[in-house]
Amino acid sequence: MNRPSLWEALRGVVRRDLMLAMRRRADVAMSVFFLVIVASLFPLGVGPEPAVLRTIAAGVLWVAALLACLLSLGRVFTADYLDGVLEQMVLIAQPLPVLVVGKVFAHWVVSGLPIVLLSPLLGLQFGLDGEALGVLVLSLLLGTPTLSMIGAIGAALVLGVRGSGLLVALLVLPLYVPVLIFGAGAVTSSMAGMGGEANLSLLGASLVLSLFFSPWATAAALRIALE
Amino acid sequence: MLQTVSLSCLRGDRRLFSNLNVTVQPGTLLAVVGENGSGKTSLLRMLSSLLSPEDGAILWQGQDIREQREQYCAQLTYIGHLNGIKDDLTAMENLALSASLAGDHCDGPVAHAALEAVGLRRQAHQLPTKVLSQGQKRRVALARLWLSTRPLWLLDEPFTSLDTAATGLVTEQLQKHLTRGGIAVVVTHQEVGLPSGLIQRLRMNG
Repeated sequence: MNRPSLWEALRGVVRRDLMLAMRRRADVAMSVFFLVIVASLFPLGVGPEPAVLRTIAAGVLWVAALLACLLSLGRVFTADYLDGVLEQMVLIAQPLPVLVVGKVFAHWVVSGLPIVLLSPLLGLQFGLDGEALGVLVLSLLLGTPTLSMIGAIGAALVLGVRGSGLLVALLVLPLYVPVLIFGAGAVTSSMAGMGGEANLSLLGASLVLSLFFSPWATAAALRIALE
Repeated sequence: MLQTVSLSCLRGDRRLFSNLNVTVQPGTLLAVVGENGSGKTSLLRMLSSLLSPEDGAILWQGQDIREQREQYCAQLTYIGHLNGIKDDLTAMENLALSASLAGDHCDGPVAHAALEAVGLRRQAHQLPTKVLSQGQKRRVALARLWLSTRPLWLLDEPFTSLDTAATGLVTEQLQKHLTRGGIAVVVTHQEVGLPSGLIQRLRMNG
């Protein structure tokens, strides 16, 4: 029968989104530059005192990463919704939550991964050293996919709503709070010599939890948006 | 066989239609006609399972489509009033990706052949679809019909912005589909140029 295998469908979804991202590199660059600029504004505002910068580093970098993720959420489903590609995706003969995972993964590769890769450089800017830098990267590696998964629910819920950019921020930011606390906490506690393992484990747990629940919630929201 | 059983549709607090009973036999095209806002597109979206009916049921081969959602999706090709193509991808990429996502067989030569069959000249195949005209974009979307061997086609205003040549090509392809024993449901304002024996008309009164 005319039915793509689950793997084929998943690969197709990821491939299309990555191809599109390659065609519109400016969009990708935008959230990365946003992160760099926000993170660079703080030293300018707070002053060049190394001790102060080190204290605020974890929080500032995590908030900047979080806002950069938020900024890119509009790209997950909106364009597909407007040009009808989303309708076609819902009609693929495979479970929608799995396809949603593909879409969110592609979105993370384009918007989350650059943040993770860039973070050591920004960390250096704030005077973080070896171990703390490592924990920062690790915490973002675990945290940004969680942000994308949670954000996808919000992005799907506000499809077709006017002023959705602000609404998605209001919906999603409260849900980002635990991730922010664990992520920044991991870096802070490793700087205090306590090791970041506990917070990193909690971040990992949030990721697993969001991987489990978010695709279903997002798929349900997408179906409602298309009705 | 596609069948609706006392189907009704409510959009907001407006009842678009109720107690709709239609049966479409294999080899028949159901032309849904009616004025704007009479619920033609809503009916088509219900048939595609995008919209759930307020009341009643849609049966495919005698089984409720809600109970066999994925199997049902594997049987249908839906082309809505949105083209479902990406502006930044070329016609070829769009066709190949959407066909492979739907599970239809599609490689380079097959995709070229389909695009040519729908009347898109070869130099347009490698252009991003954002530079194509409305009619050409519609052709890219409709090229999927040349790749689809599925028994049920659901088309929303397929002839909008097509010229007469392309309309003829699509009609021909529809006829081929019907003679293979397929079913097509077409929402349209235009007459479909097929022998009247193949067409069943449904008039929506709003």
